[in-house]
Amino acid sequence: MNHRVCLKVNGEARDVEVEPRLLLCHLLRDELGLTGANIGCDTSQCGSCTVLMDGKAVKSCTLLAVQADGCDVTTIEGLAGENGLHPIQQAFWDNHGLQCGFCTPGMILTAVEILDRNPCASDAEVRHGLEGNLCRCTGYENIVKSIVAAGARESA
Amino acid sequence: MGRYVGHSVKRREDPRFIQGKGRYVANLELHGMAHVAVKRSPYPHARVVGVDSSAAAAMDGVIAVFTGRDFADGGCGALPCGWLVPDTKVPERPVVVTDRVMHVGDSVAVVVAEDPYTASDAVEAIEVEYESLPSVVDARGTTDADAPQLHDGIEGNVSYYWKLGDSEACKQAFAEADETVELELVNQRLIPTAMEPRAAAASWDAASEEMTVWTTSQNPHPIRLLLSAFTLGIPESKLRVISPDVGGGFGSKIFHYPEEVIVPWVARQIGRPAKWVATRTESQMTDSHGRDHVTVARLAMKSDGTFTGLDVETWANQGAYLSTFAPLIPTALYITLLAGNYRTKGVFGRVHGTLTNTVPVDAYRGAGRPEAAYLVERLVDLAADRLGRDPLDLRKQNAIRKEEFPYQTPVAFLYDSGDYDRLMSTAAANADYDGMRRAQEEAREEGRLRGVGVVCCIEASGPAPSAVAGSLGSAVGFWESGEVRVHPTGQISVFTGSHTHGQGHETTLAQVVADELGVPLESVEVVHGDTGRINFGMGTYGSRSACVGGSALVRSAEKVRAKVVKIGAHLLEAAEEDVVYDRDAGRVHVKGSPDRAKAFGEIAFAAYTAHNLPEGVEPGLDFVSFYDPENFTFPASSHICEVEVCPETWQVRILRYVAVDDVGKVINPMIVEGQIQGGVVQGVGQALTETAGYAEDGSFLTGTMLEYAVPRADLLPGIEVDRIETPSPHNPLGVKGAGEMGTIAATPAVANAVLDALRPLGVKHVELPLTPERIWRAVRDAQSAAA
Repeated sequence: MNHRVCLKVNGEARDVEVEPRLLLCHLLRDELGLTGANIGCDTSQCGSCTVLMDGKAVKSCTLLAVQADGCDVTTIEGLAGENGLHPIQQAFWDNHGLQCGFCTPGMILTAVEILDRNPCASDAEVRHGLEGNLCRCTGYENIVKSIVAAGARESA
Repeated sequence: MGRYVGHSVKRREDPRFIQGKGRYVANLELHGMAHVAVKRSPYPHARVVGVDSSAAAAMDGVIAVFTGRDFADGGCGALPCGWLVPDTKVPERPVVVTDRVMHVGDSVAVVVAEDPYTASDAVEAIEVEYESLPSVVDARGTTDADAPQLHDGIEGNVSYYWKLGDSEACKQAFAEADETVELELVNQRLIPTAMEPRAAAASWDAASEEMTVWTTSQNPHPIRLLLSAFTLGIPESKLRVISPDVGGGFGSKIFHYPEEVIVPWVARQIGRPAKWVATRTESQMTDSHGRDHVTVARLAMKSDGTFTGLDVETWANQGAYLSTFAPLIPTALYITLLAGNYRTKGVFGRVHGTLTNTVPVDAYRGAGRPEAAYLVERLVDLAADRLGRDPLDLRKQNAIRKEEFPYQTPVAFLYDSGDYDRLMSTAAANADYDGMRRAQEEAREEGRLRGVGVVCCIEASGPAPSAVAGSLGSAVGFWESGEVRVHPTGQISVFTGSHTHGQGHETTLAQVVADELGVPLESVEVVHGDTGRINFGMGTYGSRSACVGGSALVRSAEKVRAKVVKIGAHLLEAAEEDVVYDRDAGRVHVKGSPDRAKAFGEIAFAAYTAHNLPEGVEPGLDFVSFYDPENFTFPASSHICEVEVCPETWQVRILRYVAVDDVGKVINPMIVEGQIQGGVVQGVGQALTETAGYAEDGSFLTGTMLEYAVPRADLLPGIEVDRIETPSPHNPLGVKGAGEMGTIAATPAVANAVLDALRPLGVKHVELPLTPERIWRAVRDAQSAAA
C-alpha cells in the first residue's frame, strides 16, 4: 500500500504517493528529478547523498521517504538564493574544493551544518566534522580549505 | 609562462558540479527506460547446474530475464584482453557465464524491469543451483602443486611469465657484493573505489539501427572499438559511446566490463532504452582491483653504500580473467621501474602472472609503478639500516645525477630529465629534516615511538610511443587526437580524445589552446567524452592527458596559426614572410607595422566566407592532429613523512607530510597541487587503512565501505606541497604526468616512517596496511624473538 508524503523541497510544497520502502534519495532523484544528491555507498558511509532536513545534514540513502513527511528538505539545487551561489559553493569554486564533483553536493551541505554550528571552525574541527563524508579525489585538503574560508567570510 | 599557461585559472567545470548539475550516467532519464539488475555469484568457483528464473519472470513489472545462454546465443562475444605479453594464456571471459562462475560477483543472469526496486526483487527471486568447486585466491599459492587447476590449458594457473634486465650483471653484482639486504613482501590488493559506482545506459534506434551507449568510462573510443569488434558486434559507424561526467576513475573505469555489453544488448532485445547502476557492493566486487603482488627481492651493494644489483621475483595476481590491460601492469609498468631513481646497474626482474578465483586485477592509480616504488624504497631503507647510514644521504649518493640525463636504465626506459638531488634537498629543507631527526631523538629518549620516512620515487607517465607499446604487447596505439575547430565568429571548439573525470581538462586544455592562438580563454570550449563528436581518442589514464592529449592540441593549433598567417597576409596584401602572428594580441600584423593588422576573428570569418582567399587555400579553419609521443615522461618526487606510533594502542598518527614533486612544466598549478594532494591520500590509504579482503575459502570480505576503509578527512593533518620543474624535452609543452606521483610516493613514505618509528623495537617489516593490530603483532613477534 502506498503512503502519502507531504513535504517541502527547496521551499516548494510537494505531495507524493510512495511505496513505504522508497528511500528519500530515490524520491528526490527519481520522482522529483533532483539528481544533485548522488548515491555513492548505500550504507551511509560516504555522504554523497547528504541533504538538509529541517536544517540538519542527513544521508538521504538511509532515510525512508515517509520519514520526511512534514519536513523541510533542502538539496544542493535549492541551496543558492536568488543572488547566485551560496558562499560555501563559491568557496569550493575559489579553492579548488572539488575534482570529479560526485561527493561535492554532500560535502557542501555538510559544510552548511558544520558552519552553522561553528562559523569559526578550525582546520582540525572541519576535518572532524567531515567524518561522515568521503572524497576519493581531493585528499580533502582543498575541501577543508574551502569550508574554513567560507566560515571566515561569513563570520567576518 | 603564458597569459594562461602557468596560472591557477579557476576551473570552468565547477559551476555545474557545485550546483548539483553534474551529468553522471546514473542521472540519465530516457523515455520508456527499463532498469537492469544482475544476478551474481556468491561462490568463488562453482559449476552452474541450473538457473530457474520462472518466479522472477512472473513478477509484476518484470520485462524479461536473460541467462548466459541467451547472451551467448544472441551474439555476445567474450570480453577480450588488449595487452598480451609473449605466450600469454588467456582464459575465456564471457559477458554472462553459462556453466561456471570464477569469482564472487561473476554475472549469472540478468533481469530487466520497469523500475530498479522491482529489478532488484526479481534478482532475489532467481534460483541458481551451484556445485561448489575448490578455489584459490592467493597470488603465489595458486601456483602450488595442490592448488585447483582453474582453466583448461593454463598449467599451474600461470597466464604468463615475463622477465627484463641483465641477469648476468645482476648475478655478478651479488657475487661481488659487500652487503646484501633481502625482503619478502605483499603489495596488498586494493579497490579503487571511485565515489561514483559504475553505470551504463543504452538506447537503440531500430529504424536507423543505431545504438547509443552511455558509460562511466575513462576512454569511450576504445570501449566503442571493443564493443564493435568483440562483444556487441554493432559497426563503429552505427555505435556512439558517450562518457559524460564521470565521478572519478583512478584506472578502474578504463576497462571493458560485462555490464557495458549487457545493457545495450538488452536495449536492442526489448526495443526500449535501458539503464544499470551498480550498487556500491557490486562495484566493490566487480570493478577491477589493483596491486596484489607477492614479491621476493634483494639488493646488492658495496660497503661504501653504492647499489650494484637488484634481483626481483614477483607473483602478480591477475584474478579470474585477464581484464583489458591486466598483463601490462606487472610487466612493462612495474619491472621497468625497478631501477627507481638510482644508478643501480645489475637490475633483473621477473614476474609470474597468475590466475585465481578473485575479481580481475588491472590498473589502479599508479598501476605497477607504486608496486615498484614501495619495493625499492623499502629495500633502500633496509640498506641504510644495514650500513648504519642516514636514508636520505644514502639515496642522494645513489641517485642519478642531473647531468646524466637522458639516462638509460638497465630496464628499458630512457629517463627524460630530472634533478633528484635538488628534489631531495628541497624536500629536506621544507621538512626541516635535521630538525625532524633531532625531535625524533628527543622523543625516543622520552620513550615515544617517532619515525621519519623519506623517499625518492620515479614514475613513467604519458603512455606511450605506439610502436613501443606494440612491441611490449599492446593491441592498440597510444597516440592522442586533438582537433581545434575555429568557428566563423572566431569562437573555438576543442575536441580531445582524452577524458576528464576530475582532472580539470575543460580548463587546462583551454588554457593551452588559448595561449597557442592568443585568444581569450572564454572563447575556447573543450569537448570530450563522446565518440559522436570526437573522431577518435585513447582516453585518460597513465597521466597522459597533458603530455599526449595536450601535445596533440598544440600541433593542431600550430596548423591553425599557419593558415591564419597565410590568409592574414593575403588580406593585408603582404607576403607571408612579411607578417607575424602576435600571440599576445591574437592577430596577424605586418612586421614593423603593428597597426597594419587583422584580428584573429576577422581572419576566421574570412576563412569561412571564402570570398577572398589566397590561391590554393581551402575554406574553413579546422585542424586535427594525431600525436604519437616520442617517449614516456618521467616525473619524480621526494616526500618526507613524520609519524608517531602510540605504544599502547599502536595507532599511527601522521604529524607532518611534506611533498616535493617534479612534474615538468605546469599548466595550472592549482590543479596540479590538487592532483598531488589527492594522490598522496590514496597512497596513505594503502599504507594505513585499505585492503581488499578475500577469506581463504574465496569469500569476499570487503563489499561495502564499512569494511573497505577509504581515508577520511582526519587521517592527515594536512599536506605541504611544493615542486621543482625540469621540463620534459620530449613533448612541446615540457610537461610530465601529475596524476599518479602522489600515490606512488606516499605509500613508501608512510611505511618507511612507521618502520623507522618501530626500529628501536627490532621490527624490520610489517605488511600493509599498517593497522594497530598488525603493528602490535609485529612488535610482539620481534620481542619474543629477542627474548
